[in-house]
Amino acid sequence: MYYLYVFVLIAVIVSFLADRSKTYRAIKVAFRKFIKILPAFASMLILVSIVLALLPNSVILHLLGGSNMFEGVILASSIGSITLMPGFIAFPLCGILLSKGVTYTVLSAFTTTLMMVGFVTFPIEKKYFGVRVAIIRNVASLLIAVIVAVMTGIFYGEIFSWG
Amino acid sequence: MGLKTVTKYARGAGVVAYALFVGYSFLTGFEPGKTIGLNLGYFSLGMLKLLPIAFILIGLFEVWVKKETVEKYFGTKSGLRGHVGGILLAGTTVGGLYVAFPVAYTLYSKGADIGVIFTFIAASAICRVPMIIFEASFMGIKFSIIRLLFSIPLVIFSSMLLGKYLAGRNYRIRDGE
Repeated sequence: MYYLYVFVLIAVIVSFLADRSKTYRAIKVAFRKFIKILPAFASMLILVSIVLALLPNSVILHLLGGSNMFEGVILASSIGSITLMPGFIAFPLCGILLSKGVTYTVLSAFTTTLMMVGFVTFPIEKKYFGVRVAIIRNVASLLIAVIVAVMTGIFYGEIFSWG
Repeated sequence: MGLKTVTKYARGAGVVAYALFVGYSFLTGFEPGKTIGLNLGYFSLGMLKLLPIAFILIGLFEVWVKKETVEKYFGTKSGLRGHVGGILLAGTTVGGLYVAFPVAYTLYSKGADIGVIFTFIAASAICRVPMIIFEASFMGIKFSIIRLLFSIPLVIFSSMLLGKYLAGRNYRIRDGE
């Protein structure tokens, strides 16, 4: 994380030395864009705070731990679609799920939807893409996640084993 | 009163109700409400650390990078190369979808192809290099490779399709409005 701050600081200094007025403009643009989208970010934060309280890790563990493959993929992709988790929480959780016997197929559906499908990011997405295209993008991502999960299952020999 | 005003008031009422609920939960020690409040604080902090610098980079990108450069690498004529470029660019980003949307608008305003934009969005969700390394360390490298091997072609294909569909329909990406 800190290397990012250093990088941005250096970028701003270099930009400032190269062209003062351009740099001021860049900061102004940054500020204007940030303020404009802030309400949508607030909506996202409120949604995520509620969703994560309703679906704590223990509940996810319980739901995904005790289901068959078919139910598992449906549950996992639903949970993955409505929640948002940073990678440093999601993958350790997946590691625990794996050790509890949850299949790679189910975890693939979970991680891919977690990353690509965004119910809680929808307030932000629709501000840029519009409601219709945001829905299309999310549905397409959900389909991709399911296909990738099936492929994962095949390659791990979980869906059917090779002859 | 138009529908827009009604939604505006409804949203305001929702936010006030949320704030009252969380505040009251802290006063009375209502656990679920406290969890929601703590979640909000936790995620707000995480985002406040990331967003300002992301937007500064977007600002610098807007004033320094020439339209021709973006058009050349990510424009409609760039074809498959543009999509690969979008994935490489996304690989270096941080944060995921919510940071990718404003970046996508900036790329779009500089002449990037709509299909390439959708590839960039998807790739910034699933192809970020630091995240893949972290993923592989928990799930095994085989898991990550299978995931990328199948998702990338599907992402490019569906993004091209969506881009083609929207191209003839006067569609434009908006600046967070």
